[in-house]
Amino acid sequence: MRVELVDIRKYFGPVRANDGVSLTLEPGTIHGLLGENGAGKTTLMKCLSGYQAPDGGAIRVDGQPVFFASPDQAIQRGIGMLHQDPLDFPQMRVLDNFLLAFDRRMLPNRRRGRAMLRELGAHFQFDLDPDAEVTSLTIGERQQLEILRLLALGAQVIILDEPTTGISAPQKVQLFATLRRLAEEEDRSVVFVSHKLEEVDQLCHRVMVLRRGKVTGEAEVPCPVDRLVEMMFGRSLPPAHRAPVDLGPVILQLEGVTIPSYRLTVRNVSLPVRAGEVVGLAGLEGSGQRLFLRACAGLERVTSGRIMLDGRDLTGASYRRFLEAGVAYSPAGRLEEGLVGGLTLTEHFALAERNGPFFIDWTAAQERAAERIRHFNVVGQPESLVEALSGGNQQRALLALLPPGLRLLLMEHPTRGLDVESARWVWQQLLARREGGTAIVFISADLDELLERSDRIVVFFGGRVSASLPARDTTVEQLGYLIAGKEVRNTQHATRST
Amino acid sequence: MKITSRLINVLLNLAPILLAFLFTTLILVAAGAPPGEAYRNILSGAFESPEKISDAVAACVPLILCGIGMSITFTAGQWNVGVEGQIILGAVFATWVARNVLWPQVPVLTLMLLAGVLGGALWGALAGLLKVYGKVHEIFGGLGLNYVAQGLAIWLIFNPWKPADGATMSGTDPFPDPAWMPRLGHLRVAPLAVILALAAVVVAYFLLRGTRWGLELKAMGKNFRSAFMLGVPSTPRILTAFAACGALAGLAGAIRCSARYGRMIPEISGGQGYLSLLVALLAGYRPQWVPLIALFFAAIGVGSPRLELNMHLDSSLGGVLEGSVVLAVMLVTGWRALLARRRARQDVGAGLAPASEEEIA
Repeated sequence: MRVELVDIRKYFGPVRANDGVSLTLEPGTIHGLLGENGAGKTTLMKCLSGYQAPDGGAIRVDGQPVFFASPDQAIQRGIGMLHQDPLDFPQMRVLDNFLLAFDRRMLPNRRRGRAMLRELGAHFQFDLDPDAEVTSLTIGERQQLEILRLLALGAQVIILDEPTTGISAPQKVQLFATLRRLAEEEDRSVVFVSHKLEEVDQLCHRVMVLRRGKVTGEAEVPCPVDRLVEMMFGRSLPPAHRAPVDLGPVILQLEGVTIPSYRLTVRNVSLPVRAGEVVGLAGLEGSGQRLFLRACAGLERVTSGRIMLDGRDLTGASYRRFLEAGVAYSPAGRLEEGLVGGLTLTEHFALAERNGPFFIDWTAAQERAAERIRHFNVVGQPESLVEALSGGNQQRALLALLPPGLRLLLMEHPTRGLDVESARWVWQQLLARREGGTAIVFISADLDELLERSDRIVVFFGGRVSASLPARDTTVEQLGYLIAGKEVRNTQHATRST
Repeated sequence: MKITSRLINVLLNLAPILLAFLFTTLILVAAGAPPGEAYRNILSGAFESPEKISDAVAACVPLILCGIGMSITFTAGQWNVGVEGQIILGAVFATWVARNVLWPQVPVLTLMLLAGVLGGALWGALAGLLKVYGKVHEIFGGLGLNYVAQGLAIWLIFNPWKPADGATMSGTDPFPDPAWMPRLGHLRVAPLAVILALAAVVVAYFLLRGTRWGLELKAMGKNFRSAFMLGVPSTPRILTAFAACGALAGLAGAIRCSARYGRMIPEISGGQGYLSLLVALLAGYRPQWVPLIALFFAAIGVGSPRLELNMHLDSSLGGVLEGSVVLAVMLVTGWRALLARRRARQDVGAGLAPASEEEIA
């Protein structure tokens, strides 16, 4: 079965997630789809698999135009997608999950389903217990269940979105063997969505790279790694010169910290951050940098190691104790976990004065809010509801809510979604704080921002942490290599392993 | 443009009431009863004489107290359905005082009301503790505690508090005279109870509007995660919100046994907890609207037995009217939210607000 995507367009408001993307999927081929976070990979695949309708463009199956209003319609034409978070029902048993997929009669035939699950599982050497509850399975096993379900539904095109995140090394070997078998022996096509160069290189026959919703290149694998890196991240100007700041004493000190989570464990990180220093955390989304940043504010459980702030041991302390110690955390989801939709700016400023008086003088609060709004250039009134503000103004409001005299400021994506002017303003504010002795640690997906704004950069990949790099002596290319999981000194031409 | 949008607004505000009356009228017609006469009966049953009016006012006191209490927990985003149990515990504590403290009227009544407040607050806080430390959702915790409280009340009435001539469902022996809340002349309304209920409205209004506590509850109710990240201490706020609601419900329980029955009965809560849930929903958790809505519900409750007397209709028709008003209000509110969201989405399409990156990834 041959599937063509022609000039696919998908917009979210003003953001062009897919801006005229074309891709042809040949049978018997494993296609790699490579790109940074937000490049539009998942959007494209959701359009193909019926989860969302494209705003423009066409999908053709064997030359015939098709339109999918739902994933169900896509799977009936043989196109199935395995999502990053498996779409199963964790409280149900493996067999029920499997039956739910294809046996839609009132009384499903459990015996036939069981036999089919066993047979398909044996075919790929998947060891799935039909009676186990899905909650007891690892992510790798849940993936295997999803693959079997899609195959039982007759999928000819199988899309896998970042399938290697959170699975073990042997599971990955097995997954790759399965995918090769599906393509090379059974003549299906496989789309492998990833941001990991190494894996695309190992597994795929062809690769297409997306950046900001557009195709930046297509190639046969093997392909020189530096060409892929360039297609993924683009070339950029050399970083601007920045004035050195005298660093003060160590404010944040992490010693051998291990942060576990369901998907990924960040192991054994040691990092000192000094007053006035800006440390950038690089890495593709889900590589552990957010886990790390949250742990620095007491928002994640730490299983070993110590977190010291101004020489005091705060390991295991609550978020509120971190706040009281002069830490602030600014999350990326502004309306999800930063601001309270339905409250006005005045109410936010009043709320942020944690030790304010019990009775609130609203007239005075209104005046203080107006003053802050002017000072921080927020386009809005004291009585404006925060959800009515634009993204840039929400970010300004969040900065305005941070108390003065912070010891440590932790920020997720400080300028994500902002225009150039707002982004520059945000950094002006942050750098002013750093001159006042605040240490800043931030996450960004923007390599230029990381290189331009940080003193040091730490790169996360699959929970592993690189040595900290001095931003001055690092190039976009080097950073791109590290983010994609390559050692900088590796040979430029990777060999294809089978 | 402006005038039409204001007109639409007025119509939207009236729509639920019209919708509810339309629905109830349809039921009346289907039952073969003249709707006009039925409504006239309810109205005259509630307001025709000073006695009736005083009954309606007396009946709305517990609704006001519990409706205010629920407005507090709803503001904090907590689905507190344990008000029935909190009323019962208030009544139990007050009854203990009435039976054991043989003082003159003023100190006894004061102690009874305080005991009611304490009993309700403890029971409310228990639901909060279960939620915070036991991870029991407040709906299940509240319902469970309601049953426990009901069981406790029946056990007390049938065992330690049983009357000398044997326990019945009609409750304990009447309280000694000082434990009866004084009524207005021959009417059944107790002025003190009305004053307390109105005072609760004023206090709750200022607590929710003018204090950090109120602001923090509101922030938690609108976005728990953001409020947490902004440093709102969520555990103490949840517990105090539950305790405040319980205190008001407990006060209602104490008033019901002291002013209405003069004894403890198994049915002391009488469904007031659930009815006041409707009051709070209808008031949109704004204390200032609670008294009016409570009076409306109380009037229907007092007036609808007239349907049975005069028209041989079942008095539960009043309940149909109450229920359909609430459903219609929620329906229209839902529609308006949907409309607003659709309008906002059109604005986004026009490029006024950027979509979040999460949607694209």
